[in-house]
Amino acid sequence: MTSFFEELRDRFPEQVRSVEEQISGQIVILLNGPDVTGIVQHFLAEYQARLVTVFAEDRVNAEGVFYNYYVFDRLGDLAWVILKVPILKDHPSFPSLAAELPAVNWQEREIQDWFGLEAVGHPNPRRVALHDNWPDVHPLRKDFPLDTVLPPFEGERHVYRPAHGEGVLHIPVGPVHAGIIEPGHFNFTVAGEPILYLQLRMFYTHKGTEKLFENLPIPRAVFLAESVSGDSAFSHGTAFCQAIELAAGIEVPARAQFLRTILLELERIANHISDIGAIANDVGFVIANAHAGRVREMVLGLCESLTGSRVMRGMVTIGGVRRDWQRAQIEAIENTLHRVEREFRDLVAIVQSSNSTRERLEHTGVLRPDKAKMLGIVGVGGRASGVDLDVRRDHPYEAYRHLLFRVPVYQEGDVRSRLMVRIDEVSESIQIVRAAVAHLPDGPHRAPAQPIPPDRCAMSAVEGWRGEILYWIRTGDGNRLERCKVKDPSLNNWPAIVETMEGNIVADFPVTNKSFNLSYSGTDR
Amino acid sequence: MFKILQKTFSIGTATANYPRIAPHLAEQFRGCPEFDFEAWRDARPAADACPTGAIAVSDRDSLRKVTVDYGRCIFCGECELASVDGAVRMTQRFELAASDRRDLILTAEYTLHPDGSHAGLQLASRGANVEEPEQRIAAAIHHLLGRSLSIRQVDAGSCNGCEQEIVSLNNPVHDIERFGIHFVASPRHADMLLVTGPVTRNMELALRKTWAATPDPKIVVAVGACGISGGIFGTNYASMGGVDAVISVDVYIPGCPPRPEALLHGILLALGQVRQRMGIEPAPRKHQAGGIFRVQT
Repeated sequence: MTSFFEELRDRFPEQVRSVEEQISGQIVILLNGPDVTGIVQHFLAEYQARLVTVFAEDRVNAEGVFYNYYVFDRLGDLAWVILKVPILKDHPSFPSLAAELPAVNWQEREIQDWFGLEAVGHPNPRRVALHDNWPDVHPLRKDFPLDTVLPPFEGERHVYRPAHGEGVLHIPVGPVHAGIIEPGHFNFTVAGEPILYLQLRMFYTHKGTEKLFENLPIPRAVFLAESVSGDSAFSHGTAFCQAIELAAGIEVPARAQFLRTILLELERIANHISDIGAIANDVGFVIANAHAGRVREMVLGLCESLTGSRVMRGMVTIGGVRRDWQRAQIEAIENTLHRVEREFRDLVAIVQSSNSTRERLEHTGVLRPDKAKMLGIVGVGGRASGVDLDVRRDHPYEAYRHLLFRVPVYQEGDVRSRLMVRIDEVSESIQIVRAAVAHLPDGPHRAPAQPIPPDRCAMSAVEGWRGEILYWIRTGDGNRLERCKVKDPSLNNWPAIVETMEGNIVADFPVTNKSFNLSYSGTDR
Repeated sequence: MFKILQKTFSIGTATANYPRIAPHLAEQFRGCPEFDFEAWRDARPAADACPTGAIAVSDRDSLRKVTVDYGRCIFCGECELASVDGAVRMTQRFELAASDRRDLILTAEYTLHPDGSHAGLQLASRGANVEEPEQRIAAAIHHLLGRSLSIRQVDAGSCNGCEQEIVSLNNPVHDIERFGIHFVASPRHADMLLVTGPVTRNMELALRKTWAATPDPKIVVAVGACGISGGIFGTNYASMGGVDAVISVDVYIPGCPPRPEALLHGILLALGQVRQRMGIEPAPRKHQAGGIFRVQT
């Protein structure tokens, strides 16, 4: 760390103020001012670093400034690097990186909407998280109370980019969709069948989650984390608990780490199976979906017997898990996995047996590897387009540091690649669960409860079934949080769908969208 | 093709026959908590532990009022762990759908002692779910043949948890189509809106428009703790709370998320109401909703 910091200080003597590593593996570099452009370019070029996320914090009451945080992941390095950048409240602005790094486009605009800090030079500085007809408020500022009652809607919701020309028209879809899915608006501009471009409008399910985190006692906030994205309840809950544990220095017992790992993988298995069926369904292969639904029920039944809830709510807690398992429950894992594995093999054979299905999935919704890298795509969508990232392997947590597994990566970037990533991952996950069960240590299933000290910061990352889930917290007085930043992988990945749809046809949208299966609620919070 | 047929035939019937046959529940499954109001010495620890505020305690003079709202409950079991007197117990009950919001709320009144403890249960409400679901469902199914129900699902701001279980209704195990019930792509084709929440500020208008686009007679079912009350999100600058803050609701289905059988139970309960409105079936006797009765002491 020292040499890295000295090198950085030599290179940017004006900007770099100090460095600290209060939590092992999280290097925080404090800068003097908001201009990060040079350092960011240096990181990207010298370390093949990836800008993971950008977020802000209101510290005006405590320190008289706002902070922007830029989180970097350096290739082959276990440590995260976090640039901490003060922004004076009298000059509430920061230089935008979005023109160079499209990955931060939405995240910078979130900072504009929620904190009222201007992203100077942003190529599209319009509102994103608060819709156009919201009054001029900045909800994540400390002087904005959570329960503020805003005046009713007025005026136009959003003005989409116009399109002119013979035969060119808009197809507006949503926010209420035809299927049983979450709300969002897709505005297709088409010339006949081909799509000229797609405009997205998200944040329909914005429900003040990050603000609400600051208003709940920490033990209750675990349940809120489970409700950030309901299909990833256990991953989000675990990521939140890990952040608190790191901040407070709570040692999670080995058994709890293994129990968490098993449940994280079961969540992946259940959701991947569901997606494999849904992708088949969207190209009219209904029977495959029916089988997938049946196999998924087997996994959910197992989850219920392990946690009391089909979707594994109310299980993870700070310091471990709420309930330990009896011998019979552990045996049920092996028995169910044995049946699931056999059924899954048959399901894959069914999906792959159909040439017409293969025809529809190959070369559909292609996201080229260079575009995926440029847009900062993570998770399944990234690995199907050559982006070889997996938090479980790159920044191991829980029991993953003791387990060996393969991370499937495909280069084609089409719907079929995203299907194949899921198929491979289900098989890997079954083996991970088996290994974790075989090596399940004895001992307590949770650490004793202890007070959480104020003013500690920590970040945690979990590879949810969609991809990299990130939490950053600052603890406050009275067992509460000062700030909780939530980044679901979906926030990174929505631009991929825009990219894949250009030049495609409207009829391919549903299956392409399903092959990413991004969370609206996780994006909108 | 032959292999697909062979596989499908080898499975046989995957469908569970709910509600005729009770579902297979894991021993560990958590349904709603049950409260022994007479034995409950102190409701405050449970109220403090409840993540959604489903248990509330209010003191005035020498009176303590305890309210339990199954419309906020997420079945987490924290109240059972927090209560030392054993008066709160998790059950496996999940068929909690009710057509009257008040049916989901229990109240008890105690004499408050100066030290903060309480005793002497004075009043307790009759309890949640006073409707007779089995009879109602049996009647609905009996009349069902030849009739169908079209549902438009509306996510008005949910976390996608309820959607996961609603999607499960379409899989072969729960197979909602065996009742002639199916999900449709447009509100214009729908008899029923199945709405999850909390209703966000950004979805309010879309929900109103969807409701307006649904032909009469229509029925609205609010799903999950958030759909009923706003759940853990409650009401804030971005959340309007439960569905009935925006449109009127006919049936409420508690849970977080409600398991597929709980959803089926609520939908079938609502189906009885559709039929009443269409004049196919007489209205049942009005039950005594949330009636307070005096406890014999």
